[in-house]
Amino acid sequence: MNVFCFALFTIHCSLFTEFMETVIKTKDLTKRFGDFVAVDKITFDVQKGEIFGFLGANGAGKTTAMRMLCGLSRPTSGEAMVAGIDVYHHPEQIKKNIGYMSQKFSLYEDLTVLENIKFYAGIYGLTDKQIKDKSDELVQKLGLQNQVNILVKSLPLGWRQKLSFSVAIVHQPKIVFLDEPTGGVDPTTRKQFWDMIYDASEQGITIFVTTHYLDEAEYCDRICIMVDGKIDALDTPSQLKKSFNVDNITEVFYLLARKAKRSDN
Amino acid sequence: MSAISLNNITKTYNKGTVLAIDDISFDIEKGEIFGLIGPDGAGKTSIFRILTTLLLPDKGTATVVGNDVVKDYKKIRGIVGYMPGRFSLYQDLTVEENLNFFATVFGTTVKENYENIKDIYVQLEPFKDRRAGKLSGGMKQKLALCCALVHKPEVLFLDEPTTGVDVVSRKEFWEMLKRLKEQGITIMVSTSYMDEATLCDRIALIIGGKILSMDTPDKIVQAYPEKLYAIKSPKMHQLIRDIRSNDSILNCYASGEFIHLSFKEEGKDNETSLKKYLEDKGQTDIVFKPTTPTVEDCFIRLLSVNSEQRIVNSEQ
Repeated sequence: MNVFCFALFTIHCSLFTEFMETVIKTKDLTKRFGDFVAVDKITFDVQKGEIFGFLGANGAGKTTAMRMLCGLSRPTSGEAMVAGIDVYHHPEQIKKNIGYMSQKFSLYEDLTVLENIKFYAGIYGLTDKQIKDKSDELVQKLGLQNQVNILVKSLPLGWRQKLSFSVAIVHQPKIVFLDEPTGGVDPTTRKQFWDMIYDASEQGITIFVTTHYLDEAEYCDRICIMVDGKIDALDTPSQLKKSFNVDNITEVFYLLARKAKRSDN
Repeated sequence: MSAISLNNITKTYNKGTVLAIDDISFDIEKGEIFGLIGPDGAGKTSIFRILTTLLLPDKGTATVVGNDVVKDYKKIRGIVGYMPGRFSLYQDLTVEENLNFFATVFGTTVKENYENIKDIYVQLEPFKDRRAGKLSGGMKQKLALCCALVHKPEVLFLDEPTTGVDVVSRKEFWEMLKRLKEQGITIMVSTSYMDEATLCDRIALIIGGKILSMDTPDKIVQAYPEKLYAIKSPKMHQLIRDIRSNDSILNCYASGEFIHLSFKEEGKDNETSLKKYLEDKGQTDIVFKPTTPTVEDCFIRLLSVNSEQRIVNSEQ
C-alpha cells in the first residue's frame, strides 16, 4: 500500500512539474538605444500553457520587449530564456520554437489561402505529408473550403486574422507571440479568435499576447502592464482589480498609465 | 438641411458581382457625432469614400451640407476633413511639414487656422521636427486629425481613427471630438471599439451593406429582445464549452470576466436547470445573474442573426 501511494505521489509530482514548466524567464532584462532606456530591468516568468497578456501604452516598451524574447533584438543587459534557449547565445534557435503573428505582417497577400498554409508549414520544417494533413485540417477547422484558392488580400480582416493565427501555430510551437492580433476586427470575430487561443492554450501552447482591447485582458491568466519601460503591475486580472479597488481592467490601466511620462517612441 | 444625407445608395464592385452597399438611406444632423459600427467588409469604407467624393455610387444620391456628391464634388472637397483607415500621412515628412502641406493644398496656412487645431497641436508641437513615421500610434492619429482640421471643415469623416491606439490616447482623442462637436462640426466616425459606440449621439449597425439598426446607443440597448445573463466560474475556458453544449442556450460568448448568455425560451427553471447541468459537468462556485445588455451585446446578436450575410461577403 505504501509503495502504491508513493508511486502515485511521484507520478503526481512529475505531472505537476510538467504542467508547471517555465517557458519564458527574464531577469532585469534591459534594452537601451543610446541614452534612451526602452525596456528597464524587467523580471517575470511565464508558465507552459498560460495565456499571458502584455499591456501598455504606445511607447511603453512592449514591442521592444517582445522583439528581445523572439530573438529579433539583442538585449543590452539582463537575462532571458525562451523555450529553454538563452536569447543571447542562440537567438536563431528561438525562432524555430515559437510562432509569431502581428498586425503589420502575417500572411502574403498575393498568395492564396492554401499557398500561405503550405509555405509557412514548409518554413517551420513540416514534412510533405504533415503539410498535406495540416492544410486539410486547418481548412476544415476554419471553414475555408470554398476560399482555398482565393488570394489572402480578398479575405475579410477577421478571416485573415484567424488564418494567420492558425498558421503561426501550424508547427505546434511551445510559445506563440501575438502582437495586437485583433485590431480593427468586430466583436464576434474577436471572440472566435479568443476561442482559438483557448484551444491552443489547452494543447499546451503558451500564448504571449499584447492588445489594446482591455476586455481581452480579462481572458488572460495573468497580465503585465508596462509603463515607461518598467513593469508596473503583474498579476491575475481579478487580483489586479482587487488591489486597485476597481471593477475593470480599464480602470487599472488608467491609474497606472496616467502617471506615465512617456507617450512616444 | 441635414449635414449628411444618403438616399437609396447602392454600390457594387467587380462588374456587379459584389454588393458592398445595399440601398442605404439615412440623414445626419449638423453637430452630431454619428458612429458607423460594423465588421470588416460591411461597407463602411465604401460609404466614407462616396461621401468624400472619392467613389461614385451605382444608384442613389447623397449630399454633404446640401451639396451633391457627384455634381458638386469640388465644393465638398473644400469643406470636409477626412481621416481614412490607418495612418495616411507622409511618413517621411515631419509633423510640421505634413501640416503645412495639407494647409497649402486647401489654400490656407497653418497660421491662419491655428486656433482650430491648437488644442490638439500643442501636444504635437514639441515633436514638430520629428518625421511622422517615427511617432507612436496615438501621436500619429492626433497629427492626422490636425491635418484633417487645418482648413476648418464643416464635416469630419473618420474611418477607424483609433484602431491600434492605446486606451489613454483613445480617451483623449474622443475628448477632442467632443470639443469639435461643440464648435458645430459634424462628425461621422467608424470604430470597432464598442465602448466608443456609446460616446456617439447616434449609431448605425451595418452588416453586409445593410443598416440593421440605427438609433441612440441607449435606445438600441433597450431594444434587445431577450433577457441577458452573466455567468462565471473558476473554470472559465471549460465553462463556455459546457454552456454551448446545452440545448436550451440561444447565444453564449465571453464578455470580459463573465460569459454572456441568453436562453431560447424564457422560463423560471432556466437558472436551476442550467446550474445543475453545469455542476454535473464538474463546474463549481457558479455565479449567475441577469445583466443589462451593452452595445456590444446588441451587435453580436444582430450579427448572429445575419450570419448568412457574412458568409456571402467573405466569398467576395
